[in-house]
Amino acid sequence: MGFMNLFKHFLGKDWGVHPADHKRPASDVPTRKLPIPPRLHLMLSQHVGAPSRPIVLVGEKVRKGQLIAAAQGNISAPLHASTSGTISAIGEITAPHASGLPGMAISIDSDGEDAWVETEVITDPFSLSPEDIAKRVAAAGVVGLGGATFPSSVKLNLGRRSKIDTLIMNGSECEPYLSCDDRLMRDRAADIVTGIRLMLISTGAGEAKVGIEDNKPEAIAAMREAAARFDNVTIFPVPARYPMGSDRQLIVELTGREVPSDARAADVGVIVHNVGTAYAVQQAVCLGRPLVSRVMTLNGGAAATPGNYEVPLGTLISDLVAFTGGTTGDVAKLVMGGPMMGTILPHMRVPVIKGTSGILLLDANEAAGGEVEDCIRCGSCVKACPMGLLPLEMSARIRNDEMDAAADLGLADCIACGCCAYVCPSHIPLVQYFYHAKGDLYARERNKLRTEATKKMALQRQERLEREQREKVEAAAKRKAERAAAAAAAAAAEAAKQGESA
Amino acid sequence: MIVAILSLTLLGAAFGILLGIANKFLRVEGNPVVEELLALMPGSNCGQCGFPGCSGAAEAIVDGSAAPTCCPPGGKALAAAIAEKLGIEVDLSGMVDDGPKIALVAEELCIGCCRCSKVCPTDAILGAAKQIHNVLREACTGCSACIEKCPTEALVMTPVPVTLQHWVMPKPLAA
Repeated sequence: MGFMNLFKHFLGKDWGVHPADHKRPASDVPTRKLPIPPRLHLMLSQHVGAPSRPIVLVGEKVRKGQLIAAAQGNISAPLHASTSGTISAIGEITAPHASGLPGMAISIDSDGEDAWVETEVITDPFSLSPEDIAKRVAAAGVVGLGGATFPSSVKLNLGRRSKIDTLIMNGSECEPYLSCDDRLMRDRAADIVTGIRLMLISTGAGEAKVGIEDNKPEAIAAMREAAARFDNVTIFPVPARYPMGSDRQLIVELTGREVPSDARAADVGVIVHNVGTAYAVQQAVCLGRPLVSRVMTLNGGAAATPGNYEVPLGTLISDLVAFTGGTTGDVAKLVMGGPMMGTILPHMRVPVIKGTSGILLLDANEAAGGEVEDCIRCGSCVKACPMGLLPLEMSARIRNDEMDAAADLGLADCIACGCCAYVCPSHIPLVQYFYHAKGDLYARERNKLRTEATKKMALQRQERLEREQREKVEAAAKRKAERAAAAAAAAAAEAAKQGESA
Repeated sequence: MIVAILSLTLLGAAFGILLGIANKFLRVEGNPVVEELLALMPGSNCGQCGFPGCSGAAEAIVDGSAAPTCCPPGGKALAAAIAEKLGIEVDLSGMVDDGPKIALVAEELCIGCCRCSKVCPTDAILGAAKQIHNVLREACTGCSACIEKCPTEALVMTPVPVTLQHWVMPKPLAA
């Protein structure tokens, strides 16, 4: 292994892959607004952390932007109605997840009016305190819109706890097919820059560096124009290479700092947010509008009208596809997100969530993968891995269920970007092995915690039973003593009576 | 010659004394391996192995009188973990393990007699007299102690339901 790492060292900065980006023509079409579908389904768990807790009842009338589920726990996000209407159900619906399992959702029958609740418009948002900005962002349910869906306010608050000097804005959008961030930067650059400046105040960072891949010249131009007046917001074109949008890679590219294996970005003084999140922050803080819709890309060979759409959260994919003219030919693979890291969906009756950056209707040609063959140890995956891991070695161990051996090789550092599987000439599903192993290790960890918890419960029960037994014996002894005392008293009284009569 | 005999005798005596002291002050009560096995086991003392509780089973496994496969709630995963800890080979093929299971109350059959909740080693069954009982998923160890207590056969063992939070991507099929 030492030799392989040495070998890799000499290869230098050559990580990643260059897939055909397929972004145009979808990215050149202006963003269209999707009409409100008759029924929306808002998943209670569409962010990292604890699911939100419903605070409405079935049959209740709600307005657009009204809080319908509250955040619970430290890491969570609230949920707001994405249109006005009536709550028609709170129950299970197929989640936009590879497993095809159900998750809890609140369903709203729209009344077609799309009427907003009263929102508080702030005229001078830059006079707000950092805490206030984070509080408003939290209340609006803003999460990382790049796809990670981590509650944004938690990250903003992080800036005040650890020293952050640079805010990195991720506009690289390195996944093929997707162009929602590109489109947002072209159309709403001024709002994004306002959002970035608010995030700068909230995190206490001195400057913001916006990284945009150089395959998006229009977005770079628009953002440069919007940011020209502000010294602390700089636009940096970065080379188009997958996975440039991964936070660790972007941090190295823009600051030259490397995040250690067991550390987070905040430990090297930076924090990474997506440009789409900046727009949501601007909407939340300046206009008081919670996150109820997002711009997402519809693309793929089987999409009738590829392009970017502003979609209310909770819209079923089937409604979106129907509105955009259905499909052309068969959909061989339905993907939420990008083709490299996206989730393969079981069917179209799943709702759009906060992290849905795109829906890809891939035709048979695009979805075709090769026949899986044996590893020829060519090392292509080692060269492609942006994290400097050895995918071929790790997958060989996982195939034999040696998860610990794979973990020793650095499985925890794998960002699941899929570069290894993409370059593999033998079409080995390398990244799928890593997904499986990570899930397995996580399940084992959870089982261990559960065993510890149940053991504690068994012990507590035993203690309780012993205590009850003891109390019973004591109570019985007490009763016996009382009876004896009563009998003695009665006998004494009897004796005294007899003595009197005698 | 004399020097050699003397020095060796002295060395022997010194080490002997050292060992004696070590035996007195660094003595380990009980077998530490038993403790380690006990940490792996479910700890609900359900008795399905035929030993008095998990500690009895752990002792029996260590001294070789019981197989590492003797714990039904632990299943194959536990047997493999024990075998690894003891450094022994274990034949898992004969072991019936359909994955972890938990108890489930059929609500239409439950009469609320409270017999099951009294025997549950982890207090995983919730319910009052003449009320439908329920099993807390995270607290049930799958020991099946409650099953035979139920007069209406309302309790059944079912595989642990897979939820979004518990789902693991299946292993890709080998080439």
